[in-house]
Amino acid sequence: MSNTDLKVKVWRGAEQGEFVEYLVPRNPNQTVLDVVTYIQRKLDPTLSYRFACRVGMCGSCAMTVNGVARWTCRTHVSQIVQGDALEIAPLNNLPVIKDLATDMREFFNKWKGAVGFFKGDKTRYDDFAKVQPDSQERQLANAGIECIGCGVCYASCEVVESRPNYLGPAALNRAWTLTNDVRDVQQIERMRAVAGDAGCHACHSQGSCTEACPKSIAPTASIAGLKKLVARAAVRGSKWGKL
Amino acid sequence: MSARPRLDSRAKSHLSYFAYASHRFSGLLLACFLPLHFLMLSQSLRGAQGFEQSLALTDLWVFKFGEWALVILLAVHLAGGLRLLILEFGPWNGLRKGWIQLSTLFGIACGLLFLYLAN
Amino acid sequence: MGQALNQGVMQAKLWYAQRISAMVLGICVAAHLAMIFYAIRGGLTAQEILGRTEGNVLFAFFYEVFVLACFIHAPIGINNILQETFPRSGIGKPAAYVLGLLILVLGSTAVVGVYSGGAL
Repeated sequence: MSNTDLKVKVWRGAEQGEFVEYLVPRNPNQTVLDVVTYIQRKLDPTLSYRFACRVGMCGSCAMTVNGVARWTCRTHVSQIVQGDALEIAPLNNLPVIKDLATDMREFFNKWKGAVGFFKGDKTRYDDFAKVQPDSQERQLANAGIECIGCGVCYASCEVVESRPNYLGPAALNRAWTLTNDVRDVQQIERMRAVAGDAGCHACHSQGSCTEACPKSIAPTASIAGLKKLVARAAVRGSKWGKL
Repeated sequence: MSARPRLDSRAKSHLSYFAYASHRFSGLLLACFLPLHFLMLSQSLRGAQGFEQSLALTDLWVFKFGEWALVILLAVHLAGGLRLLILEFGPWNGLRKGWIQLSTLFGIACGLLFLYLAN
Repeated sequence: MGQALNQGVMQAKLWYAQRISAMVLGICVAAHLAMIFYAIRGGLTAQEILGRTEGNVLFAFFYEVFVLACFIHAPIGINNILQETFPRSGIGKPAAYVLGLLILVLGSTAVVGVYSGGAL
């Protein structure tokens, strides 16, 4: 392990700005979040960034590190440093508020836009819904429900970059899990929401989302599921009706 | 002062993206080639001799190179396309990276086979 | 909302058509590649080509299916590429129609050509 300082380029500014270089001492087991924290506490208190749990559970610390979206608290410097250089920038495809903090509103709005929320028709007076845990639908849903909305997949997607209306991998993944929720009663609206130019058929299975997801979710798989479902619904109809 | 950074090659340097890019690139070139291919073949309406005369044009080395390249493009597009069909219609088993490696080998094999069999 | 839904249904149908034609092409292209390798051994002459295809109904049928599958598959692909590369130009649809026309007309002509061997 080298004893030279890390040369860390950090994006300062907003949509316009520049990379500013800071020298950060190396430590064993150092994460990129440690580096950003050091810069803000010891070198430049005006640096803005987000974090919360710092143990890989909340997804708040997601940033672009050496060109790739990652959770900075779960990225060891030793794994990704190039010589002694690091480049830290805000998440792509989202407006920059300041420095490393992005505006996540469009990300969550698209979640709503894909009807990525649950609505049932039972009340507290009805019996529990009985969902078989080993049923096909439940297993498909389970494969995608661990998503915590960190935005890494969204920031990695080239289709999001080229089609501003594209709902994106996270929203579509969530829509797919709800499509497989037998209690949900908005399936037609959901299918309508994820069809169209901005929906699932815009995905080219590039797989950057699946590669990048820190929770090993495969939005590519979920979107493939939606593609089939919507196509069949448009041509033949689905169990909830025809599109 | 410059604009904020955008997705660059570092975000796309993974196998699955390479598969997408090869499929798109090969598809585009094949689509451009197809009308010319059909035009060439329709010269067969001139009968064997007329057809042979039109084919003589393809003796130029640039056409020979083009034929070789097109066979490779076709092989790559076929293999990549089958992978996409499996990804979208088959049971999910990851991004099928083994398939991408096989597709590349298949493309190379077709290229070599073409060189070997053509005179 | 109605228009967005119609567009959505259209997108879904185009996707479906492209994938179905892709399945057909998977078979056709695999067969075609095999044929290419068989045919180019020792050079390729018009005589050889026509010798195989002239009067051969099976070949004519196979190639026409091939042409029709390309007619569906390629224009949809081209439209996607142009739509994404030049989003505001609106060039995707016209280019797709032109390509479709070329493939259908020239392709079917080629099929007729190799089937008849110029005997028309």
